[in-house]
Amino acid sequence: MSVVETGIGTTVHAEEHEHHEEQNFWRKYIFSEDHKVIAKQYLITGIMWSVIGIAMSVVFRIQLGFPNANLSWLKPVLGQWINDTGQLDPNFYLALVTMHGTIMVFFVLTAGLSGTFSNFLIPLQIGARDMASGFLNMLSYWFFFTASVIMFSSLFLQTGPAAGGWVIYPPLSALPQAHIGSQMGMTLWLVSMTLFIVSQLLGGINYITTVINLRTRGMAFNRLPLTIWAFFITAILGLISFPVLLSAALLLIFDRHFGTSFYLSEIYINGEALPNVGGSPILFQHLFWFLGHPEVYIVLLPALGITSEIIATNSRKPIFGYRAMIASLIGIAFLSFIVWAHHMFVTGMNPFLGSVFMFLTLIIAVPSAVKAFNYTTTLWRGNLVFTPAMLFSIGLVSLFVTGGLTGIILGNSALDIQLHDTYFVVAHFHIVMGAASAFGLFAGVYHWFPKMFGRMMNNTLGQIHFWLTFTGIYLVFFPMHYIGIAGFPRRYYQFTTYNFSSSFTDLNAFISVAAILSFLAQFIFLWNFFYSIFKGKKSPQNPWRSNTLEWTAPINPGHGNWVGEIPPVYRWPYDYSKPGAPEDFIPQNVPYSQTPESNLPHENEEIAMEKVIEAQNFNDQFKEAH
Amino acid sequence: MVYIVGILALVFLVLTITVIVRMQKVLKGVKSSETGEGLPQGNRWNGAMFILFLVFALVASTWSFLVAEKDFLPEASSIHGRRTDDLFWFSMGILTIACIVVNFLLFFFSWKYQYKKGNKATFYPENHKLELIWTVIPAVVMATLVFTGWRAWSDITSDAPKDSEVVEIVGKQFGWIVRYPGVNDKKLGNYNYKLIDAQNELGIDLSDEFSFDDFTNPSEMHIPVNKPVLLKIRARDVLHSVFIPHLRVKMDAVPGMPTRFWFVADKTTNEMRAELGNPDFDYEIACTEICGQGHFGMRMRLVIEDEVSYRKWCAEQKTFLQTYPDYLAKVPANLKAKALQYMPTQTTESTETTPADSTSVDAASGGAGTSASLR
Ligand code: HEM
Ligand SMILES: [Cu+2]
Ligand SMILES: [Cu+2]
Repeated sequence: MSVVETGIGTTVHAEEHEHHEEQNFWRKYIFSEDHKVIAKQYLITGIMWSVIGIAMSVVFRIQLGFPNANLSWLKPVLGQWINDTGQLDPNFYLALVTMHGTIMVFFVLTAGLSGTFSNFLIPLQIGARDMASGFLNMLSYWFFFTASVIMFSSLFLQTGPAAGGWVIYPPLSALPQAHIGSQMGMTLWLVSMTLFIVSQLLGGINYITTVINLRTRGMAFNRLPLTIWAFFITAILGLISFPVLLSAALLLIFDRHFGTSFYLSEIYINGEALPNVGGSPILFQHLFWFLGHPEVYIVLLPALGITSEIIATNSRKPIFGYRAMIASLIGIAFLSFIVWAHHMFVTGMNPFLGSVFMFLTLIIAVPSAVKAFNYTTTLWRGNLVFTPAMLFSIGLVSLFVTGGLTGIILGNSALDIQLHDTYFVVAHFHIVMGAASAFGLFAGVYHWFPKMFGRMMNNTLGQIHFWLTFTGIYLVFFPMHYIGIAGFPRRYYQFTTYNFSSSFTDLNAFISVAAILSFLAQFIFLWNFFYSIFKGKKSPQNPWRSNTLEWTAPINPGHGNWVGEIPPVYRWPYDYSKPGAPEDFIPQNVPYSQTPESNLPHENEEIAMEKVIEAQNFNDQFKEAH
Repeated sequence: MVYIVGILALVFLVLTITVIVRMQKVLKGVKSSETGEGLPQGNRWNGAMFILFLVFALVASTWSFLVAEKDFLPEASSIHGRRTDDLFWFSMGILTIACIVVNFLLFFFSWKYQYKKGNKATFYPENHKLELIWTVIPAVVMATLVFTGWRAWSDITSDAPKDSEVVEIVGKQFGWIVRYPGVNDKKLGNYNYKLIDAQNELGIDLSDEFSFDDFTNPSEMHIPVNKPVLLKIRARDVLHSVFIPHLRVKMDAVPGMPTRFWFVADKTTNEMRAELGNPDFDYEIACTEICGQGHFGMRMRLVIEDEVSYRKWCAEQKTFLQTYPDYLAKVPANLKAKALQYMPTQTTESTETTPADSTSVDAASGGAGTSASLR
């Protein structure tokens, strides 16, 4: 605690001085401590990574859909990895799958989604000048950036990047002689991920401290927008689980370089019996999934938070069951720590443990179902405005439901025997985690773009982008269930070695074509995004007629977010279409005393509280005496 | 193929045309519709799209399912496999209903309650009774599914029956090797990974007398039908995973930690060939844990046959010592005499011709009797 407090102290000090003088270019845009700039840095880096990551999936989709295609035209990009007859190297196939998974999960959806919106929205929505520690926040981004550079450079190694799957199970990943991807590529993967984890921890500490300490006057926890609740809980998840991945990675580094045997035992490889005994590869899996499962919620919860906010705003209705939404967030977060071994039903783990984890896993379905029902009910008798953000949010709910339901199958250990590591799993997690979270990212960008850049993105292009992407996602991932039911294993370079997987060549081609078209559709978004940054229509103050606090800040908020005092907060963020009110929204900073016509009986009692709220400590980093 | 790609192309063509039409409107200037008055821009066609999508999704998923179904795996050839299949389709049925209902409501509401001028949304922040109901319903459904799944899981993972046929299967980069306990002592000998070399690929420990009649096979596994089979699974180098799709069997192979899986296969290869009308059908064993470059190519043939042919096949196999007589040197002096029984000189001829085979079966079973009494 004391460390954090000194952190705040110094930031206050530093900013106090910077406030008066204009910052130079470097301090303002590159090594910035302003949460809004850092958020944009995360966003742009995330977008660049997503283009790389998805392009990789297109390459291996071509391989899977058209195994005999001549890929010589890719030689200028992939060089040695395309052989003389124009075939993709099988080792490089695995490298592509691994990099795709790592990039999408960690760099795009963890950093790009949570990093962007936690940074951008926490201070703006709780009414703070900035993060608790701007400096740590800046460090967090630059650790991420360094991790990115290292991961990126590993793509250009002679031996290729890491290739053991994004879960990097040892011994494959521990033994350089087992696979070329386990050589330098794996070393760089581990170094990069270690830095990435540090970045996440720095970010997480900041988000948590900021939410706890820097809320504006009146912003009680039960008035926090659901976005903030989601970011807050996500940060706690990350803070508890990422250190475990860090230890797992460190032990793996020891095994690789210092001859320890944490994960290695009784191995004979390349004509040599290794001396290691007593280690357990299963230990790594436990450690990995202790992060790995919460990780899927680390990417998904922020998306759900964003969706809650957007659906309420654009339905012009309060989110249905605000408390149930928070309770289910907390429930999901708690349960996500005690279900990790559902990824390990067939590792030879004690069957009794399997039963326990099956029970726990299926319990998660309950809070998840509650969320889906609440979203749907929020739409019921609303007055829906289909902004692109709203479309992506509705799309998210659909994907969350469709993908979540197959989780109930996979969480059933008896059924997982057959389906584990088949395309059924690939279909499941892409829909529920990959696509749903990516939709959260899109929704967030469309919704908060005006706040980020002071301009609007093109609405119609956004809507078109949505329909192409939504259709594309279903066309790509829905048929993968069939392939999984037919038993096709994942991470296979080709399916022709086996008779049982010699069918579905058409379907695989279909999926690949759909994937390529969906990929191309994303360029509509990219164009819209970058064009609108410079040329978009100027944004009005509150383009979506929303209640949350960020829309009370100037259209282009400067350093410190609000000019003058930070507005206090008197009500929850979901007073949309309140009976009796003249407008269909009442922002959080409007006191009940000004809205007698629409107050509910118990709210009239709150009027007395207004004086108390206003008398509270400013809790303002810039105004506090020091 | 052409057909499918054609349909896909059509879908995207329609969408692209929409794009272009819309684009023109965008270029013509949008200010009129975007500000304050009137409908939010594009609201109406987006609302309609939800219904269109709903219809399209229902038709496409039903049709594609019917087309894909014939390429699913045939009915499971193992007892537990049929049980999990039933459970799978039962759960899928329930979940499909849930999926359709929720998605239907979602899209239908989106269309029905799209913005209308002068309308005001209903202020409806909560309803505890409703929330309670839809917490309890999934909980009950889940409990049923969990319970049935748990019972199946407990049975599948229970201890193998005592009379199970034991087969060892070992994964390595990139292939499987099976080892049988032999026809005489019916016990697998010890192994030690330090003893592995180019010939002794499984590290069979020849100081253990049980290993003398063990035999190995790098390309096929044979198992008897209608009899419990216990796979003892291990890995030599990195993780692998034994996957027998038609039997619904999967279990990881872990270096340093032997695992196991038992099952009863109840359709022979020949029965399956007849049933599928495919004389080339073979059961296959695949690897489902990424293990390096050749991961996609670790095929092993699995032959399921009646017990008589199975015993016959076993008896025909050359024991490890027969194949590599040099390893006699590793047998401790006091066991040399016993090991000599399994040396090539005694049996090479008998494996040559078929009639001799039956005698060797007899000899073998007699031998088993002897060694059992010796113990
Ligand atoms: C157009 C978009 C995408 C396509 C076509 C695609 C396709 C695929 C395919 C076919 C695989 C399996 C390859 C194999 O097992 O051999 C895969 C793996 C994976 N994908 Fe994607 N994907 C896409 C987007 C995403 C997104 C948004 C995420 C974010 C979560 C993601 C995360 C993963 C992960 C974690 C793996 C597993 C990697 C591994 O096996 O180690 N993908 N992808
Ligand atoms: Cu999980
Ligand atoms: Cu493998």
